[in-house]
Amino acid sequence: MSHDINIHHITRVEGHGNIVLNIKEGRIEELRLEIVESPRFFEVMLLGRNILEAPPITSRICGICAISHTAASIKACEDALGITPSENVVLLRKILLHAELLQSHILHIYLLVAPDLFGEGSVIPLAASHPDIIKRGLRLKKAANDICRVLVGRHIHPIGMVVGGFTKPPAVKDLAEVRRILEGMIPDMEETVRFFEEHSMPEFNRPTKYCSIRDDKEYALYDGLLYAKDNPPLEVQRYKEFIAENVVSYSTAKQVRSGDSSIMVGALARLNNNYASISEEAKKAAERLGLVPPCTNPFMNNIGQVIECVHSIYDSLKILDILDANLSSAPFNKDGKGGVPPIEPREGKGVGVVEAPRGSLYHEYGIDDKGVIRSANCIIPTAQNLLNIEKDIEAMVPSILQLPRKDIERRLEMLVRAYDPCISCSTHFLEVKFIE
Amino acid sequence: MKPKVAFFSFSSCEGCQLQVLNLEEELPTLLGFIEIVNFREAIDEKRDDYDIAFIEGSITRESDIEELKDIRTRAKVLVAFGACADLGGVNALKNFHPQASWLPAVYGRTDYFADTMPTKRVKDIVPIDFVIPGCPIDKGEFLRFVQSLLLGIKPRIPDYPVCVECRSKGNVCLVEEGKWCLGSVTRAGCGAICPTFRDPCAGCRGLTSAPNIESLYNILMEKGYTKEEIMDKFRIFNGLEAVSGVVHVP
Repeated sequence: MSHDINIHHITRVEGHGNIVLNIKEGRIEELRLEIVESPRFFEVMLLGRNILEAPPITSRICGICAISHTAASIKACEDALGITPSENVVLLRKILLHAELLQSHILHIYLLVAPDLFGEGSVIPLAASHPDIIKRGLRLKKAANDICRVLVGRHIHPIGMVVGGFTKPPAVKDLAEVRRILEGMIPDMEETVRFFEEHSMPEFNRPTKYCSIRDDKEYALYDGLLYAKDNPPLEVQRYKEFIAENVVSYSTAKQVRSGDSSIMVGALARLNNNYASISEEAKKAAERLGLVPPCTNPFMNNIGQVIECVHSIYDSLKILDILDANLSSAPFNKDGKGGVPPIEPREGKGVGVVEAPRGSLYHEYGIDDKGVIRSANCIIPTAQNLLNIEKDIEAMVPSILQLPRKDIERRLEMLVRAYDPCISCSTHFLEVKFIE
Repeated sequence: MKPKVAFFSFSSCEGCQLQVLNLEEELPTLLGFIEIVNFREAIDEKRDDYDIAFIEGSITRESDIEELKDIRTRAKVLVAFGACADLGGVNALKNFHPQASWLPAVYGRTDYFADTMPTKRVKDIVPIDFVIPGCPIDKGEFLRFVQSLLLGIKPRIPDYPVCVECRSKGNVCLVEEGKWCLGSVTRAGCGAICPTFRDPCAGCRGLTSAPNIESLYNILMEKGYTKEEIMDKFRIFNGLEAVSGVVHVP
């Protein structure tokens, strides 16, 4: 039996990717997850520019995780410039990361994954057959967007989220509006958990190396040490000891390994690493949804996203309590004037790492004494997952070979989609071919 | 019959397409009036019989050129959708570095070949019918645009500067505070969203048809900026406009 499976432009993912799979006599002859998105060269765009421009420019790497790029970029800038932001600034950034995680995960589980659960090709027929489900997803997504709108103008390319702070910090009434939006999400989120309780994910297990940041004090999204089981936790500045990138000929994105293993990043990896510190409400959801870390089924990443959404709502409310208490006795910024403190350039290097919805996101810049960028590097979550997706396909294919070709294709697309790949992100650099 | 609409994305962050998905309340109604036949980010269906093509992203490789020309032959109406398609956007920043330096800057070695070329705008390759500007596009503007097309009215994009909207919001002028802000020469329609958040306008919606660039240079130079610094700000989104002679350094 011979199959040539070519899925050209996998749909319902961000960006352009292909699966090439060539099977002969039940054996995989060729397997590639090709990333064919246009190269963009962000590392080149930044050279020679003022470091303060890095966050708004790198935000344009990705429309869906623009806040994460902005946050990672700001953290790298602040590391290079020796700036310590105020507690309130950090708290607000954490709420924004939660809001982006909510918007991104909800878009994925409702608009991109849910059609698979009903065997539909997209959200449009699903909206016709199950309007209540899609309306609920859209309400939640809008709520997450609204939080961003109140705090930074919009979700895609946040405004005023800059090195040192926020150009227009939120007023007390803005925070009250954010609280109202979050509280309004709770009933729909409860329904979401119930919905996924009724739907099971395909069974497929392959243990791998789960990587994320980790913080002793909280479920880490904004700050922490680089962590994988059996690895000593590392400062983010030493990230090159944690993961290594290499180039493959058929892909626009680089492949990433940790040691000699492929790695998985994102919701499932974070839950496997940091389950102990997630909120009680999220733990209850995890128990109901049957995700007990350590979990080695990549399809459960979708369920991990549901659990993280629950956490993000309740943790944001907790952060708001702290912000409210802080603002009742003092202004948002240390200087009391609003806006951002003046910034003095200095020569240096800086690394910023945050957990974007899809996993760890690294930015690193080197600047001269005028604050001009002389080197730049960004490592994107999806790039870190690519090799792992290939390994999963390799392991899964023998068990589904007896299925009709169409079902094989569908199952493979579902697997790729479970990782929620953001291909526009992962190819901020280039398409590469070796010159023989 | 409902007009058939397709979305295509070239070199971009796909944020403008995402803005369409961000029309959570309006999307179900909108789908009653148009039929989306190609939208890879959201649906499996892929058809080539579309009336209106929204083109997101810049053109950055030879293979894009053929694809774009093919879309042009099929579409009755072709729209440059967002700053990358309209202006080149941030993608054009690489054009200010020698092409030979792009690969070594990323890899420190030169034995790779990449299918890439200096960034071009959609209008550099094929004639366009309309522009929906912005980085990202304004979703309300997108809705009004589609509404106009459906009614057979020529869609209108403002041709007055961001300052008009900014003043009407009662914002304190950032330039008067000594901050660079390109709002006085940039096409309005965004509601002056950036200056309202006290972040300078970087010109993502492109220039008005008669921008007083010289006057802005003079004011900003009085505030202590050098010509090069000001030019650099224009280049964030309008680098190709600058190259084509629209933005002059007085």
